[in-house]
Amino acid sequence: MILTTNDVLNIISNISEVIETNRQYLTDLDAAIGDADHGINLDRGFKAVKEKMPQFLDKDIGAILKNVGMVLVSTVGGASGPLYGTFFMRMGNVVSGKNTLDENDIVAMFEAGLSGIKERGKAQAGDKTMIDAMEPALNELKSTLSEGRGLKEAIEAAANDAYNGVLMTKDIAAKKGRASYLGERSIGHQDPGATSAYLMIKTVADYVDKLQQ
Amino acid sequence: MVGIVIVSHSKKVADGLYELADQMTGGKIRIGRSGGTKDGRLGTNVDEIVEEIKKCESGDGVLILVDLGSSVMSAQMALEFLGEDYENKVKIADAPLVEGTIAASVEASIGSDILKVKAVAEAAKNLVKI
Repeated sequence: MILTTNDVLNIISNISEVIETNRQYLTDLDAAIGDADHGINLDRGFKAVKEKMPQFLDKDIGAILKNVGMVLVSTVGGASGPLYGTFFMRMGNVVSGKNTLDENDIVAMFEAGLSGIKERGKAQAGDKTMIDAMEPALNELKSTLSEGRGLKEAIEAAANDAYNGVLMTKDIAAKKGRASYLGERSIGHQDPGATSAYLMIKTVADYVDKLQQ
Repeated sequence: MVGIVIVSHSKKVADGLYELADQMTGGKIRIGRSGGTKDGRLGTNVDEIVEEIKKCESGDGVLILVDLGSSVMSAQMALEFLGEDYENKVKIADAPLVEGTIAASVEASIGSDILKVKAVAEAAKNLVKI
């Protein structure tokens, strides 16, 4: 299975809608342990991405993703701007000049994006961040693909593991960001960054699922 | 002379601190500031940080002072966007914003180099007030 430039544009547009729908939910999660702006900031960023999308239409997938990253960096305002911005820019670097993506491209993109986030945020799995959704998702994506079960099943499995990662963030204390000031008192609260990362992965899974029907 | 760039989530904090530092150095050095997002929310703005660094670089380097959270990451991204020309000449101080900015500005105004200015800003962490 292969994703085209058009698929990538559709997925970005869908992510923008999902973030808008979950704006209040993400902000409420952030209000409990952070500064109550995660949903507002991300929605501002992805709205700006959507406004710029007409300029992306004639670009290759690498350029599109790099542009998405740049827009997020310039418009989000909170920590999720540099983090998701770096994620999209690093993904774009890996697929420069490409107009289609195969399974290997998708794994390579996700790997590059995640390592970008880890570098930028100096965080790792277990710190109660977006990484707690992304890393299990990437591992599951790779292992499902290596069993030859195809992209649709692999991304669906990845989204499930991302969700389990989100639930796991309730049981641990934050080591990064504003929530880390709360230390042990952040236990019991679900991490907003992990939640937004899951929502994005789930959006890709839902799109790929419909493609094959 | 070394330039100073103030990065805060709040435009008012950045403007107020600029006012303090500029008065203490009598306009001898270039001081830039970036506070809040483009659309007036609390937050940081990488594009504006890039522009302020460019304005404050006179050849001797620029020290960036940051408040918390995304201001650190946004300042790091600004450095990446500026690329090789600015590498080694622009540094981010691991310092308290207000005290660090004042100390660094005064140090820069007496003609110290970027490493000395950065060290002085970072020493402001240990300032004993009472």
